[in-house]
Amino acid sequence: MSRISDTFNSLKKKGSKALIPYIMAGDPSLDATKQFVLDLESAGADIIELGVPFSDPLADGPTIQRAAERSLLHGTTLRKVLKLVKEIRTESDIALILMTYYNPVFKYGIDKFVAEAVKAGVNGVIIPDLIPDEAQDFIRLARNHKLDTIFLLAPTSTQARISKVVNAATGFIYYVSITGITGSRLSIGKHLKDNLNLLKSTTKKPIAVGFGISNPDEASAVSQLADGVIIGSAIVKLIAQGKGIKSFVKNLRKAI
Amino acid sequence: MRNKYKNVPDSKGHFGQYGGRFVPETLMPALIELEKAYKKYTKDKDFLKELKTLQTEFIGRPTPLYFAKNLSEYLDGPKIYLKREDLCHTGAHKINNAIAQALLARRMGKTRIIAETGAGQHGVATATGAAHVGLDCEIFMGSEDIRRQSLNVFRMRLLGAKVIEVTTGSKTLKDAINEALRDWTTNVVNTHYVMGTVFGPHPYPLMVREFQSVIGIEARQQIMQLEKRLPDCLIACVGGGSNSIGLFYAFLKDNIRMIGVEAGGHGIKSGKHAARFAGGSLGIFQGCKSYLLQNRDGNVLGTHSVSAGLDYASVGPEHCYLRDLKKIEYTYATDKEALKAFDLLSKTEGIIPALESAHAVAEGIKLAPSMSKNSIIILNLSGRGDKDVQEVARIKGINL
Ligand SMILES: Cc1ncc(COP(=O)(O)O)c(C=O)c1O
Repeated sequence: MSRISDTFNSLKKKGSKALIPYIMAGDPSLDATKQFVLDLESAGADIIELGVPFSDPLADGPTIQRAAERSLLHGTTLRKVLKLVKEIRTESDIALILMTYYNPVFKYGIDKFVAEAVKAGVNGVIIPDLIPDEAQDFIRLARNHKLDTIFLLAPTSTQARISKVVNAATGFIYYVSITGITGSRLSIGKHLKDNLNLLKSTTKKPIAVGFGISNPDEASAVSQLADGVIIGSAIVKLIAQGKGIKSFVKNLRKAI
Repeated sequence: MRNKYKNVPDSKGHFGQYGGRFVPETLMPALIELEKAYKKYTKDKDFLKELKTLQTEFIGRPTPLYFAKNLSEYLDGPKIYLKREDLCHTGAHKINNAIAQALLARRMGKTRIIAETGAGQHGVATATGAAHVGLDCEIFMGSEDIRRQSLNVFRMRLLGAKVIEVTTGSKTLKDAINEALRDWTTNVVNTHYVMGTVFGPHPYPLMVREFQSVIGIEARQQIMQLEKRLPDCLIACVGGGSNSIGLFYAFLKDNIRMIGVEAGGHGIKSGKHAARFAGGSLGIFQGCKSYLLQNRDGNVLGTHSVSAGLDYASVGPEHCYLRDLKKIEYTYATDKEALKAFDLLSKTEGIIPALESAHAVAEGIKLAPSMSKNSIIILNLSGRGDKDVQEVARIKGINL
């Protein structure tokens, strides 16, 4: 059982859902990121996604794009984020996921990345521009090292794509709530419900929903449809404004 | 083994280790739909007939293969022929692809097309295709390129397209592609993305190559008619690589020297260039695996070229593959060399080339002294220089 699966299992037993915040590592600094992780955990997060900045984040909207730009400007690299995870692990064992794009990982070397990420204490990875079709080698390495590979599904996904992603995903399935990029406006309608029901009939793996969830009401509504709720841009925005994130995350926790 | 270049890409878009599909899952169904439509309609008689008619009556094909006698004499070297893509409607080869994709978009039931543009030629071509076919059109363009290709911005607007300024990153072509991909991810249900070169996720590198291969098919027939033999050398500039593969593809089976010319900018050592083969390494960017200008952490580097159309951090995956097979050689021309070639072709032949194409001319100038007088070069004149005269005047310090 992976750390991430354990988390979903124990939440399920409690009849609760996973709160999964996203923050950009190195925005405004790696020290700050470490403190944010500890804050998020104490505010009730179950799993934390750490963004590793990339110069060309094509699945992200303006909020996360700018966070990546700021982080890169401060010299954040994948290497440094792995070091940060190691440091976090001296104080917390919350489930940690790295979210980045494929090129930084590819350039690092996928063998080296998988081995070092697991050694540092990373539990899973999300790479939005790496689809299962192109991920054979990566998946094999990740399985060997027990690193979860989380893949995405979207409202546009056909049955054939759903089967492929469901097979390749471990930890959970990341369902993208809207046809679009991060930070877009969410619409919680019949469409979302139908799509999630279809997905649930296809797989027993946990499903977390993300993209566009920006407040406790939306988090609450989504938590009734899925096993986990992912909140990114809304938190990244608070950090960009120099505001605290603890009370916002506590309110999210209460809502789901 | 002999025809290794023929069996690519594979069904997933791989040219050997290059190419493929590296995109958000949201786009996968659209790419699969596009691939199916492309396969279906390029076998469809009506589609092919409509495309053929547009090629002859709208684009003005076949474009001439012109013997550049003055340039050849001036260089005192081989016979240089120019494939006159600059005479295509809208002024560059880009229309060959854009019009075909616009037709495809309509048949797929899309109501809106979007595109990225660097030099503005692909934007103008796509706007033209949209106007002709009757589709809404939005073009993404970096603010740096909007500045240096302002004439083309106005042309796009005249053609009824909306030009969206991209102010992120380096504010050039790569950032325009990011924005176009984000728009496509959001509006994929009614929108077709008209990628302007042999780049991006499968099936774009294949599809754009096929739509541009008309250049080489014509050139091969024309040179056989004019000279009763094949040329000794082909030269073309390489941005994403569509005009070059378009010319080269019909000659791959022949044993001919082929040279792709990248943008050398201020020189490789300066770091201010777009010579992916001279200065890049294997990476994954904007949908495919290819050579990429990147730092050691895998972030994409800024590029520089006097020519907006060559100012891009990566290159079409098939080029990497053909380079490995030693079918095509790659070199670069600096800004200075391209500007000199721009002047020389204008003065000797009365043809003002696009700054992109001037990079190919610069290589012709370099190569000529080493070739015998009875040898033949075909140089792809991918576009005309009207769009560049303002920028060239600025560089020369002339106030228009
Ligand atoms: C006239 C002209 N030539 C060449 C290029 C480079 O593109 P490609 O390498 O795809 O032919 C461009 C791109 O904008 C162009 O406008």
